[in-house]
Amino acid sequence: MTFIAKPRLHHPTLHTNKVGYTRRDYEGRISTLCAGCGHDSISAAIIQACWELDIEPHRVAKLSGIGCSSKTPDYFLGASHGFNTVHGRMPSVLTGANMANRELLYLGISGDGDSASIGLGQFANAMRRGVRMAYIVENNGVYGLTKGQFSATADRGSKSKKGVINSDSPVDLVGIALQLGATYVARSFSGDKAQLVPLIKGAMAHGGAAFIDVISPCVTFNNHGGSTKSYDYVRQHNEAVSRIDFITPGCEITTHYAPGEVVDVEQHDGSVLRLRKLHADYDPTDRYAAMGYMQQHQERGEVVTGLLYVDPLATDLHTAMNTCAVPLNTLNASQLNPGSQALEKINATLR
Amino acid sequence: MKRIEAINDFVIKFANVNGSGSASANELFAKAVMRMGVPVSPRNIFPSNIQGMPTWYEARVCEKGYHGRRGGVDMMVAMNPQTWDADIAEIESGGYLFYDSTRPMPANKFRDDVHTMGVPLTEIANNAYTDPRQRQLFKNIIYVGALSVLLDVDAEVFEKLFAEQFKGKERLLESNIKALHMGRDYVKQHMQAPLGIRVQRADNVGDQIFTDGNSAAGLGLVYGGATVAAWYPITPSTSIPEAFQKYCEKFRIDPATGQHRFAIVQAEDELASIGMVVGAGWNGARAFTATSGPGVSLMTEFIGLAYFAEIPVTIINVQRGGPSTGMPTRTQQSDLLSCAYASHGDTKHVLLFPQDPHECFTHSAAALDLAERLQTPIFVMTDLDIGMNQRLCKPFVWDDAKEYDRGKVMTAEELEAGKPFGRYRDVDGDGIPWRTLPGTHPSKGAFFTRGTTRNPQAMYSEAGPDYIYNMERLLRKFKTAANLVPQPVFRNAAEPTRLGIIYYGSTTPAMREALDVLDRNGDHVDAMRLCAFPFPQSVSDFIAAHDKVFVVEQNRDAQMRSMLINELEVNPAKLVRVLHYDGTPITARFIIRNIHDSVQKELV
Repeated sequence: MTFIAKPRLHHPTLHTNKVGYTRRDYEGRISTLCAGCGHDSISAAIIQACWELDIEPHRVAKLSGIGCSSKTPDYFLGASHGFNTVHGRMPSVLTGANMANRELLYLGISGDGDSASIGLGQFANAMRRGVRMAYIVENNGVYGLTKGQFSATADRGSKSKKGVINSDSPVDLVGIALQLGATYVARSFSGDKAQLVPLIKGAMAHGGAAFIDVISPCVTFNNHGGSTKSYDYVRQHNEAVSRIDFITPGCEITTHYAPGEVVDVEQHDGSVLRLRKLHADYDPTDRYAAMGYMQQHQERGEVVTGLLYVDPLATDLHTAMNTCAVPLNTLNASQLNPGSQALEKINATLR
Repeated sequence: MKRIEAINDFVIKFANVNGSGSASANELFAKAVMRMGVPVSPRNIFPSNIQGMPTWYEARVCEKGYHGRRGGVDMMVAMNPQTWDADIAEIESGGYLFYDSTRPMPANKFRDDVHTMGVPLTEIANNAYTDPRQRQLFKNIIYVGALSVLLDVDAEVFEKLFAEQFKGKERLLESNIKALHMGRDYVKQHMQAPLGIRVQRADNVGDQIFTDGNSAAGLGLVYGGATVAAWYPITPSTSIPEAFQKYCEKFRIDPATGQHRFAIVQAEDELASIGMVVGAGWNGARAFTATSGPGVSLMTEFIGLAYFAEIPVTIINVQRGGPSTGMPTRTQQSDLLSCAYASHGDTKHVLLFPQDPHECFTHSAAALDLAERLQTPIFVMTDLDIGMNQRLCKPFVWDDAKEYDRGKVMTAEELEAGKPFGRYRDVDGDGIPWRTLPGTHPSKGAFFTRGTTRNPQAMYSEAGPDYIYNMERLLRKFKTAANLVPQPVFRNAAEPTRLGIIYYGSTTPAMREALDVLDRNGDHVDAMRLCAFPFPQSVSDFIAAHDKVFVVEQNRDAQMRSMLINELEVNPAKLVRVLHYDGTPITARFIIRNIHDSVQKELV
């Protein structure tokens, strides 16, 4: 929804990554969101993560639903194909796209209205199926484009800008993702880039359904006192379970930590998620413990962030379906069509 | 007493209880008659239920090969006490009643003008078998055996059918043949056979195949190159994805690796199934969903997106009785308007109208080509009558030299060579723009797909001229579609006439018979079978060449007639409604009666 073209000036000192791109090559159009919107920080984190991961931009397909968050794919990865679908239905479109070509990386961008209200069913079922994707919800608890109504992730008792108190229980997308079988589940805060960038990198390198719930304050409609999705509230209540470093496959690990202080989780592609534990007893590979931990801390009003659960060797829907290694969209008639002789045999059985 | 006498021309109806295994026995009977060279067109009449409710199998034996439902019943095989009274009442005077006489029935349960044959089926089965399931299943074979003698069908054709069906399962083969002969022997010993209605060897089946539209559509989608299927179960479409899966497992598994060249997802609802098809189509795979009216209602938002963002989508709609849940196990052609103009705003969609299983195969394969050529949703508008009933039809054919039409997809080489790309620009004058697939080129050809308005370069734009350019181009594309879709089929009356008749889809077999009779009776009408929407010029020409045109269809509101009026600006007074919509398939008798009366009126 942009009217202004972004100048394509490249500073000569910009670094290129291993595939020859500068950080600018991962940018998109100029954002039309409000100044200070958490979503723009998430876009910046995505740009940073993709650049650091040495992904060629055109090998990513970015899909979204409808809403402020869903507009953002226009603001990063300008050389990627994007698809702004219909409200709450991005997961199904992404699933179909993924079925068609298993070789691309799929980035699903959604919001709390898009995934927890109108699209709860599709969100839940995409997690169940284990579609390989990085699914990011930019969660501000409020509808921005229609000016400030509560969404389904708004906490009970939180106050709208107009002073209305929300009486409904919130939908906890992290809890649902954990329960329904997502194999990489994280929560972060748009104001914590140091945490968010490695989480996105880990998600994009993950072998199955990766979900990140990013609390992303709405500066216009949900950043006041009484809101539980404001910058101030999240900063005060943020409980990170760990600090995470993402180490690409083959990289030499130079920093040393005392035993017990870090956990290295190696994913299917050889990448390593190095977790510096902030809570000594937290085990991010134990799904059930993660669910209990989340609920206990949520009860206290804390916003637990970090990598909450990962199955490092997760597989995806293609593995379950045993689809061929070549993308389905590249198969031609000779690979798909059984031919006239086979048809004649079928005819013979129908007489 | 009058006795219906007819060779190779009668209707036999089996009244059964569903879940009793009667379906395969009844199909066996139909196949045996066809092996005698006599065409049969059977229809399943069933409620929305799994076990214990009444179900019927109505088979029309017709040497002339008319596959439409005839109406009337010459012989009833009354196997269901629940529906006895209604079943008996349905028999034509002078017709025949066959029933299980194990338990005596009071005399007032029979009709004086109907010939009655009781065979103690339960008793025979119970004496021969101890296992309850065997008793039930073989009772069905016993009645088929009894009928074969009454109707003069050779034992050898059954034996041959059994031999094919139970190849390598000798015990089953033997026990089925034994049961068949139990029935045959009983009738030979106790009754006069054959009856006044009977089967005589003929040669009118030829190389035709006997299959149902849904299996044929599933196979057509395999041949047409669909690789992604997403669906949600709904009667009467469910057997399409099931057939697709069955044929994929047969033909699309790599023998070396065991890997699949297809992906089938049973979605959580119809919104998700169409969403997946949209995603796969956007990403360059041939994808389809199969559904029925209620599913289309749920899909309409996505259908609008696919129309406006121009994404190839194939939807097989096996129509059933509407509105709402309506008559889920009955047939209608009542989704024309909801599909042709599905979704909000100005939208129009391509519809194809197959007439039988053969065309379910060809149209489903063609739909995949058209969807990619036109970059838009294509509906294959079949219905329960075609989809869930087996029908004799032309054998399937495929030209091995044929390549799939992938439409206007710009390649990395073309982009690299500097070919200009504007996603929504009409460069060829046919309204169809060029597209690129995700991941094609590192720096050229990427664009943002959206349901909002855009300029020809796919940039967001609410500027009036950009919007108009796009909407006019979509109309131009729709005009192009009219010449790419299957064209109408014409049949002129024996004599020149001012009257015309238009029909489509599952009405065709009844219409073929009706037109023969009308011609013989001197009620001359020229006929046009519509095979698709949008309408090409020949449709306007046909209507213009006649003073009055009957439009025969199976819905209440004359939906095709509305579309003709709406799209071609035909004077409504010129188009006469002939409507059959009680959920049963239309009959030639119904059409003849309606047209005859009107023709006489018109000619006066």
